[in-house]
Amino acid sequence: MILAQAPTDLRLDANALDYVLVAFYFLLVLGIGYAARRSVSSSLDFLLSGRSMPAWVTGLAFISANLGALELIGMVANGAQYGIPTVHYYWIGAIPAMVFLALVMMPFYYGSKARSVPEFLFKRFNRTTQRVQAVIFALSAVLIAGVNLFSLGLLLEALLGWSLVLAIPIAALIVLAYITLGGLSAAIYSEVLQFFVILALLIPLTIAGLSRVGGWNGLKEAITNGPGGAEELSAWPGTSLTEIVNPTLSVIGIVFGLGFVLSFGYWTTNFAEVQRALSAKSMSAAKRTPLIGAYPKALLPLVIIIPGMIAGVLVPQITTLKEGGTTDVTYNNALSLLMKEVLPNGILGVAIAGLLAAFMAGMAANISSFNTVFTYDIWQDWVRPGKSDKYYLQVGRWITVIGCVIAIGTAFIASGSGNIMDYLQSLFSFFNAPLFAIFILGLFWKRMTGPSAWIGLLSGTAAAVVVNVLVTTGVFPLSSQAGSFVGASAAFIVGVAVSYAVSMVSTPKPASELSGLVWSLTTKEERTHATHGDDAGWYRSPVTLGIGVLVLTTILYILFW
Amino acid sequence: MTEPEGPDGPAAGHDAPVSTTASRLFDLRTILSLMFGVYGIVLLVLGLFSTTDADIEKAGGWNINLDTGIAMLVLAIFFLGWVRLRPVKAPTSEIEGTAGDSAGPPSH
Repeated sequence: MILAQAPTDLRLDANALDYVLVAFYFLLVLGIGYAARRSVSSSLDFLLSGRSMPAWVTGLAFISANLGALELIGMVANGAQYGIPTVHYYWIGAIPAMVFLALVMMPFYYGSKARSVPEFLFKRFNRTTQRVQAVIFALSAVLIAGVNLFSLGLLLEALLGWSLVLAIPIAALIVLAYITLGGLSAAIYSEVLQFFVILALLIPLTIAGLSRVGGWNGLKEAITNGPGGAEELSAWPGTSLTEIVNPTLSVIGIVFGLGFVLSFGYWTTNFAEVQRALSAKSMSAAKRTPLIGAYPKALLPLVIIIPGMIAGVLVPQITTLKEGGTTDVTYNNALSLLMKEVLPNGILGVAIAGLLAAFMAGMAANISSFNTVFTYDIWQDWVRPGKSDKYYLQVGRWITVIGCVIAIGTAFIASGSGNIMDYLQSLFSFFNAPLFAIFILGLFWKRMTGPSAWIGLLSGTAAAVVVNVLVTTGVFPLSSQAGSFVGASAAFIVGVAVSYAVSMVSTPKPASELSGLVWSLTTKEERTHATHGDDAGWYRSPVTLGIGVLVLTTILYILFW
Repeated sequence: MTEPEGPDGPAAGHDAPVSTTASRLFDLRTILSLMFGVYGIVLLVLGLFSTTDADIEKAGGWNINLDTGIAMLVLAIFFLGWVRLRPVKAPTSEIEGTAGDSAGPPSH
């Protein structure tokens, strides 16, 4: 992926001062872990921050947990390759789902007092569903943490010249240190810090890059005359992105495939995200968490995709790539090559800190959600119930250590696989799409039964795996991108169909046990949040914030139509 | 399938102490202010005294360290001001205190 194996020198010309700036960031993060340690006195403090976080903190952490380095490097690469159509990943592929999570689903998540997504499934369905989902989630979390760790090692190797064998354990050790000390609070605080450091990387990079290419108009002109042409400057119909030739079908593919199945599946059920909202201090703050995250999410393409497009014009190797020539770099190198091209020493140190922070945050988000699910759903509710809270706090700390060790192992496994982004996409289609199917059915259909949930979940996953096998063996002639979309859709449809069929032949839970868990059995009062004290004011109203971000996204779409 | 807990399960372990996070957690805004303060000063000094023509040309005719440094210092002051004007209070007592009408910085 980011290997420097040939003439192009990927090494950034960092000097001593740059390293001091990077080291300062690491000191701050470790300091946070140490300071947060004093505030951890129960397992709930460690694993859910004692449900005490203000909304602006959880909101920024919510978006940061998603703004990992894979996302950052991948989206700059997409910007370089496809141009403006990449905005669909942000605008239609995230914002509507985030608003839906905040306004429709959060009352049930937060209101049920569940400490994790699997525990919510227990309350709505049964123990088996909880356990099936907990095991699946734990597995995918350590796999994804390993991918993040491996990519971080590659980055350290390519940019700073550290060897992979050294870089992977060192990176794991730093993440381990601050999470074991401070728990989720330390992870969330570091994520907010990381959010700002990444902006300190992206904003100067965008401005400097734009002034190098003669401003926005200069960039437009260069791209129109370039190999991509004007198609790269408008969002619709995005045929290059979807690889669907027919424009109408391409739009349908974006709206339903990306905008509905993939995006709702990811944003509404991924515990690494939802956990940030569950740590908020009130129902209102929990609802506001995804919405506060949605505003930066809507604006981020301006400083992620535009630098990608600039790299396509400014960096000779990327230009060669776009013209179809041979070169030893890939689009994944676009971000670091542009940094090398436009950032002088000083700001370069801040930028490297931001990039390293992004990698650590991706791993930290997975580890800190893994330890929660393992401690509560697998250990406390299944393997060793009924012990003291001190015991579970210890389990939480130890499983964090074990999770990091496993992630080092899975990092070396990931180093053996060919294309990491494809691997990640198929993981999401296996696990998120079927989960979303049973969630949405269970939320709106009170007749849905416990056994139907876990059977539907496993059938959906099986369907996605079958599609993946058929695509990789060439039985379905599809690109990997289209393949993961078809896989996710199949998982969703099979999940709903099987759950429906099994529900018809099994007994539902009595309505009295489903209050607060099913839409039609929940009173409006239970879904409503407090509007006094810290939750007062029109600017804190979730509905207002939600409408605001949808309007903002619409305006952005009109500007970049 | 045995159900070890009642339908709701325990909220945490049996003897979970009352959570003290809200009152004791150090303030994130102070840390942000520290980070931007240090980065801002370093970049400002670099921008003023150690910027070569090559650096300026690299960033498209822009003294990137100087301006980014200034922007970071402004942010540092913003977060510091926010902490001074709206310090963390006990969660119960706050009733929409407006930042503007307090005469001076709270004593602490």
